[in-house]
Amino acid sequence: MSEESERDTNPAAAPPCPTVSQRDQWMVESQVFQIYQLFATIPGSAQNLMYLSQLELQRDNHMQYLSKGLRHLSSAFSVLDANRPWLCYWIFHSIALLGESVDDELEDNTIDFLNRCQDPNGGYAGGPGQMPHIATTYAAVNTLITLGGQKSLASINRDKLYGFLRRMKQSNGGFRMHDEGEIDVRACYTAISVASVLNILDDELIKNVGDYILSCQTYEGGIAGEPGSEAHGGYTFCGLATMILIGEVNRLDLPRLVEWAVFRQGKECGFQGRTNKLVDGCYSFWQGGAVALLQRLSSIINKQMEEASQTFTISDVSEAKESLDGTSSHATCHGKHEGTSQSCSADYKSIGYNFINEWRAQEPLFHSIALQQYILLCAQEQAGGLRDKPGKRRDHYHTCYCLSGLSLCQYSWSKHPDSPPLPNLVLGPYSNLLEPIHPLFNVVLERYREAHVFFFTES
Amino acid sequence: MESGSSEGEEVQQRVPLRERVEWSDVTPVPQNDGPNPVVPIQYTEEFSEVMDYFRAVYLTDERSPRALALTAEAVQFNSGNYTVWHFRRLLLESLKVDLNDELEFVERMAAGNSKNYQMWHHRRWVAEKLGPEARNNELEFTKKILSVDAKHYHAWSHRQWALQTLGGWEDELNYCTELLKEDIFNNSAWNQRYFVITRSPFLGGLKAMRESEVLYTIEAIIAYPENESSWRYLRGLYKGETTSWVNDPQVSSVCLKILRTKSNYVFALSTILDLICFGYQPNEDIRDAIDALKTADMDKQDLDDDEKGEQQNLNIARNICSILKQVDPIRTNYWIWRKSRLPLSA
Repeated sequence: MSEESERDTNPAAAPPCPTVSQRDQWMVESQVFQIYQLFATIPGSAQNLMYLSQLELQRDNHMQYLSKGLRHLSSAFSVLDANRPWLCYWIFHSIALLGESVDDELEDNTIDFLNRCQDPNGGYAGGPGQMPHIATTYAAVNTLITLGGQKSLASINRDKLYGFLRRMKQSNGGFRMHDEGEIDVRACYTAISVASVLNILDDELIKNVGDYILSCQTYEGGIAGEPGSEAHGGYTFCGLATMILIGEVNRLDLPRLVEWAVFRQGKECGFQGRTNKLVDGCYSFWQGGAVALLQRLSSIINKQMEEASQTFTISDVSEAKESLDGTSSHATCHGKHEGTSQSCSADYKSIGYNFINEWRAQEPLFHSIALQQYILLCAQEQAGGLRDKPGKRRDHYHTCYCLSGLSLCQYSWSKHPDSPPLPNLVLGPYSNLLEPIHPLFNVVLERYREAHVFFFTES
Repeated sequence: MESGSSEGEEVQQRVPLRERVEWSDVTPVPQNDGPNPVVPIQYTEEFSEVMDYFRAVYLTDERSPRALALTAEAVQFNSGNYTVWHFRRLLLESLKVDLNDELEFVERMAAGNSKNYQMWHHRRWVAEKLGPEARNNELEFTKKILSVDAKHYHAWSHRQWALQTLGGWEDELNYCTELLKEDIFNNSAWNQRYFVITRSPFLGGLKAMRESEVLYTIEAIIAYPENESSWRYLRGLYKGETTSWVNDPQVSSVCLKILRTKSNYVFALSTILDLICFGYQPNEDIRDAIDALKTADMDKQDLDDDEKGEQQNLNIARNICSILKQVDPIRTNYWIWRKSRLPLSA
C-alpha cells in the first residue's frame, strides 16, 4: 500500500497523461488567455478603440435580452417551470442593476403573477398551483422589493410567510425547502434573508441556525451545503451571509474562510466554485460576494487572528492548549448568548440595515479589476446576456450573478456603499458603472432602502 | 439499438391523456396564470396537458395507480418540479408500492438529468424507507454517477448520507484512494477522504489516522506541489490541534523541500506564513530557502533580517508576503492585507 502509493505519486513515475482536472483546467485557461491575448496584441490606437469597445458593457443588448424574457420564454424553459419567481428575480434584478425599469403595466402583471404564486398559508411557490418553497419565496420577495412601491411591498403577506418559515424550521437549526423537502445551507440563507429584510426575524427563526451552519464549515475553510459535504462557493455565500444576519458570524473560523475564498480567484481572473473546479461567471457574485462581506468584517477577523497568534506564541504547550480551549469556549458561549439572548433581540433586527450604514473604507481582498475583466471579456455575450465561461450559452441566471458580481467589483473600494467609485476602479468606460447592491440580500441598494422604510417604520 | 428504436416508437405513439379511456372522468385544471402572465413559458401541448391533469389529481388528492403513473410523466417533462415529486411520495406511501421499483425509476430519471435537488431528495427518501437493504444500491448508484462525473456534488452528498445512515464504510477509504490515483486534483475525493477518516466507525478517527494520512498527503504534495487540494487536506489533518501542526517537523520539512525546487511554491510559502503566525520559528534552512526566492528590488523594500527571535520571525513573515505578492499577483490585495495584519514588533 505505502510502496504502491509512493510509486504512483513519485514524480519520475507520474502518469504521462494529465488528469481530467488538469486537462479541463488547461483547456479553459487556453480559451481565456486567447481572449486576453487578442487585446494585448492589437497595435496602437486601434488597440484603444477595440479594447474599450470590447470592455464596454453592452447595456442595450442586455436590456433587450432581459425584456424579452419577461414577455416570452420558449418551450425549452419548461425545465424551469417550478422556478418562475427565480426567472422574475434574475431578470428584474439585472434590469435594476443596469439602472433601468419597465413600464407600469408589466410591473402590475408581475405583482399579479407573484400573488398567484403566493400560497394561502404563506410563502411563494415556484409557479401557480405549486407548493410554497423557501428558495422561490426569496426570489419572489426580492423581485417585489426590486419593483418597489406600496402596491408591490404590501402584496407580501408577512404574517403568513412567517408561519411558513416556522413550519419549515427544524430542531437542528436547518430549514426544509418545502413541506418534507430537503435541508441545506441555501434554505437557511433564503429563509433568514427573507425574514430579515421583511422584519419578521425572531429568536425562534434564529434558534440553532448558527450551530447548523458552523457544522457545515469544512476543513478547507469554506462552507458546504450539508455537514461533511465539500466547501462550495454558493453555500459559502449563503452560510456567511446567514451568520452575519443572525449576529453569529464570529463563530466561524473567519481567517480560514477568507483564505479559502480568495484562493477561488484564479489565473483566468474569475472565481471557481470549489477547489480545482473550473471558473464560472456566477461565482463573481457568490465568491466575490463572500469576499466583499468578509472585507467588512475586518475588525472581527483581526480579533480572531490576534487571539490565535497570541495563544500560540506562548511557549508552554499545555498552557497554550488550555488557552485555546478557553478561547474556543468563550467564543462559542459569546456567540450563542448573542444569538439567543432576549436582550440582543433588537440587534439582529437592525443588522441588515446597519451593515450598510456602518460601512468603512477597506481595500478589497480580491482582485476587482481582474474580475471585471473576466466578466466583461469572457462572461459577457456581445449580443446580450452573460454566461458561465467562453463557449457556454447565456442565460438569465448567469446574467444576474455576473452583473451582481460586476457591481460588487465597481464599488469594492467605496467609502460608502453607494458613493461612486473613481473612474480607474471601473474597468472600461465609466458608463459601465452599475447600481450598487446590498451585498447581504443582493438587492439594489435604493430598493432595499425603500423596503426598509416600508417594513421597519410601519409598525 | 433495437431497444432505442422501440423507445422512439413509443414516444411517437404517445396517446394524449384526453384520449385515454382511463382519464375520461377527470377534468383537467388549467394553470392559474392570470390574464397577463410574466415570464410566460410557451409550453408544448403535451406539457400543458400533463400538468393540467396533474393539477386535477393533486387538488383532489387522488391516491391511485393512474395518478402515480401521471407523476412519472410529469417529472420526465420537468424533473425540477418539487410539487410533483412530493405528491409522488405521498402516492408511494398510500399505494404501498414496492420501493425497489422506485429505485429503478430514479435511476432512469438520473440517466437524463442528475443535477437537480428534487431527484436526489426523492432518492434519499426512498432509500431511507428501504433501510439497510438499500445500502449496496445507494453506493453502486452514486459510484456509477461519479464514474462519469467524479465531482458530482449531489452524488457525493448522497453517498455521505448513505454511509452515515445505511453503512458500508469498509471499502470507502480504498474507493477514495482509487479516485485520487486517477485524478489527484479531484477535490471531491479529497473531501470524501476527510469525511471517511473523521467519521468511519472502523478507523478510529482523525488522531488515529493522522500519521498514515500525513505520509500519504506529503507524497501527493511532492508529486504535485501546485495542487491546492493536498495542502488543504494536510492542514485539515491537524484540525483542532494547531499546536501539533506547528510542531510536526514533517510539515515544515515538506515546505522546505518544495521551496528548494523554486517552482510551484505558493502553497508552501503561505503554509510557512501561517505557521509563523501560530508561533513557528523557521530554522536556518527555511530562512535560506526563502531568501533565495527574494528578488533584488525586494531586498531594498523590506526590513533587513538580521534581527533575532520574534522580530526575525516577523521580518520573515513580511518577506513571505512580499514574495507572494510578486508570484501570486491575482491575490496582491490579500497578501498586502496579510502583511498589514502582522504585528509591527514583538
